[in-house]
Amino acid sequence: MKPRSRLPFYVAVFLLISAGISLAVWRHIELGIPWLTGEQRPVWMIEARVDFDADDNAVQASLNVPDQPPGFRILSEQAASPGYGFSIIEKSGNRTAEWTKRDVSGPQTLYFKAQFIPDETALSQKPAKEPKARKVFFEEPQATAVRELLAQANARSSTPESMTRELIRLMQPDTRTQNTTLLVAEENYLDLLVDMLNHSGIPARIADGLKLEDARRRQSLMSFLQIYNGQQWLTFDPKNAEQGVPESLLLWRQGSASLLDVVGGDNSEVSFSMLRQTVPALQLATMQADSNGLGFLSFYELPIEEQSMFRMLLLLPLGALVVAFMRIVIGIRTSGTFMPVLIAVAFVQTTLVPGLIAFLSVVSIGLMMRGYLSSLNLLLVSRISALIILVIFITAGLSIIGYQMGFNTGMTVTFFPMVIIAWTIERMSILWEEEGANEVAVQGAGSLFVAICAYLLMSTPLAGHLTFNFPELHFAVLGLILLMGQYTGYKLSELKRFTPMRAYD
Amino acid sequence: MDWISPRRLNRLGMLNMNRRNVDYIARYNERSSYPLVDNKLKTKLAVAEYGVTTPRLLQVVRQQHEISHFREMAEGLGGFAIKPAKGSGGKGITVITGRDDDNYIKASGARVAAPDLERHLTNILAGLYSLAGSPDVAIVENLVESAPSLAKFSYQGVPDIRIVVFQGYPVMAMLRLATKASDGKANLHQGAVGVGLDIGTGRSLNAVQFNRPITLHPDTGLALENINIEAWEDMLEMAARCYEATGLGYMGVDLVVDANEGPLLLELNARPGLAIQMANGRGLLPRLRTIESLKRPHFTPRERANYAMNVFGAL
Repeated sequence: MKPRSRLPFYVAVFLLISAGISLAVWRHIELGIPWLTGEQRPVWMIEARVDFDADDNAVQASLNVPDQPPGFRILSEQAASPGYGFSIIEKSGNRTAEWTKRDVSGPQTLYFKAQFIPDETALSQKPAKEPKARKVFFEEPQATAVRELLAQANARSSTPESMTRELIRLMQPDTRTQNTTLLVAEENYLDLLVDMLNHSGIPARIADGLKLEDARRRQSLMSFLQIYNGQQWLTFDPKNAEQGVPESLLLWRQGSASLLDVVGGDNSEVSFSMLRQTVPALQLATMQADSNGLGFLSFYELPIEEQSMFRMLLLLPLGALVVAFMRIVIGIRTSGTFMPVLIAVAFVQTTLVPGLIAFLSVVSIGLMMRGYLSSLNLLLVSRISALIILVIFITAGLSIIGYQMGFNTGMTVTFFPMVIIAWTIERMSILWEEEGANEVAVQGAGSLFVAICAYLLMSTPLAGHLTFNFPELHFAVLGLILLMGQYTGYKLSELKRFTPMRAYD
Repeated sequence: MDWISPRRLNRLGMLNMNRRNVDYIARYNERSSYPLVDNKLKTKLAVAEYGVTTPRLLQVVRQQHEISHFREMAEGLGGFAIKPAKGSGGKGITVITGRDDDNYIKASGARVAAPDLERHLTNILAGLYSLAGSPDVAIVENLVESAPSLAKFSYQGVPDIRIVVFQGYPVMAMLRLATKASDGKANLHQGAVGVGLDIGTGRSLNAVQFNRPITLHPDTGLALENINIEAWEDMLEMAARCYEATGLGYMGVDLVVDANEGPLLLELNARPGLAIQMANGRGLLPRLRTIESLKRPHFTPRERANYAMNVFGAL
């Protein structure tokens, strides 16, 4: 008989393991699920405060709110404004928060809160509709000055970006010529810049940004220049022509809509306060899961009850891995192949010491009762059934006695799977009769040892975290178990067992 | 703690548990043939066609209500053995050597009443001794009377001979002698003595108990060095024949030598243990590889037995 080639098997195992790990790495990068528990991420909490005096009438206040600010992602948004109707309206690329109320009088304060996560990869997306340069008409004598300046800037540039930079430079106080001085005044500088760029055929607009500093209050927005270069909106500092959004600058308003409109009130103003918070990275990932295409691969969207069930279930493969390793590579004998895993799962719920005490007392009392059962000459099925009922009596008795004596740990007995315990008692009892107490001690201790090892692994917070948040890692566990199934080397215990063979070497 | 290095074990060609399971049992033993060896009744019927003799079958108890017939049948018998058909490792085998009024005398000399035996039959039918706890049948066989030349070495019980047969070639053999520690059972891990036998001649090589080398039987005190099995070639051929009967490529064949009927097959085992290597002081792997690399296998059991005697015999 020719042995089948093992190559396809090893390739499959390799694929399984690498698929599991690479999927986990991918999700870590895409969804930001942290590898370790307790990892923290910074989040900016920004509060916009709108104040106005209402004039005894219906009020409608609209505040422009950020929509895909470059360098940030929006985590949550909420409004606090008693008695007002609130909604966020998206219209032609602008998002506005809108408060409405029928009868209002006196000074009013409205709050809009949003959380932003810094994210290098979040870029402003290409606008749905290609923006066009606005038509601007200048009156004489300005028109001539504008024409002159634009011609100068145009001559020194090749692209919309360089054109913008040149124009800004030309309009700075130290380089101003007679033409410029005629045009520029401090108040209209940015508006003029935008008008001139539009006039020269480059779509341009003003964007308002917020400088992020921890625990600042009553901040106002800073204005920036944005031009469209045919692919995306580029941000320039209108003072020094520096291109790009400065770090820790949140572009609150991009687009043409005005920042704040209040209908039915006056003296309206908006101010901002901000706070740097830290949020567990895992919570962040969970909150974003539904907004991300990869979110469907996780358990976060299941109902909480199912989630907690899966938390437990997903630990089982680790237990199976421990059992496979202990039996195949170490060579520890256990009573029942996977009994140790089930006991370990119960330990996870009871914690180790109370669980051990409960388990040992149930099994030893059960063994004593089984001794009587065996003299009754019962059929196997009814003996096991009787044993199950006895085990339930024992656990109930232990719980009640423990509770009356003030040990709550007595109650934890109920976490043990009754049927498994009954079978364990049955097997142990037969083992005792056939192979003697020695073998019972060996297998019982082996089972408990494996159960404790599995428990120690399964109860680490990291194990629970990785198995639940990266379920794809189970592919790797599966691969390892398959690999172990092909292990043909000596078990550790065999090195001991075969020791007398030294005499023949 | 004493350890042996894996490299030394490799040099000795020791077959280990994992390799036995993956490279031999899984590869050479068809799953469908397992019931044939896991069920002693089926084994009996299957090997009979190939001229392998087994202890005479007295009664088969299949149903609970048939147990009442057992007492009638047992009335006229001197000695018999009750076995679960699907039992493994000698579990659930009760050997009755005689009668004492109403009581039966077990091999150990203990007396048991008829109701105890009936309870034992009930347990067997319920599957207490079967591999997966599945319902079983009990078979009652004629008592094997061990040939005195071998029986004297054993403390109670019947000495049996385990031969590992690989692809129809007997590759290694040992004699198993019951001891007080093993409760009259020829089960090595319960404390029976294993005596390695030279495949070429049927003479004893080494002896071990609890994996430790010994030279004298702990209970009978007899020297274990010069045991010689008679009709060795016939026994090897009989073991080799079981390959045709079952198709199992890697199995253990358990034989006994009856005083009247000669060699009998007790049972077959699709997962023979590794202790035979300790009893022989040799590893199985070199022999298994020799057989695996055979270009032209021999077709008749006799040829295979002769080949094994020539190639694997000790010098």
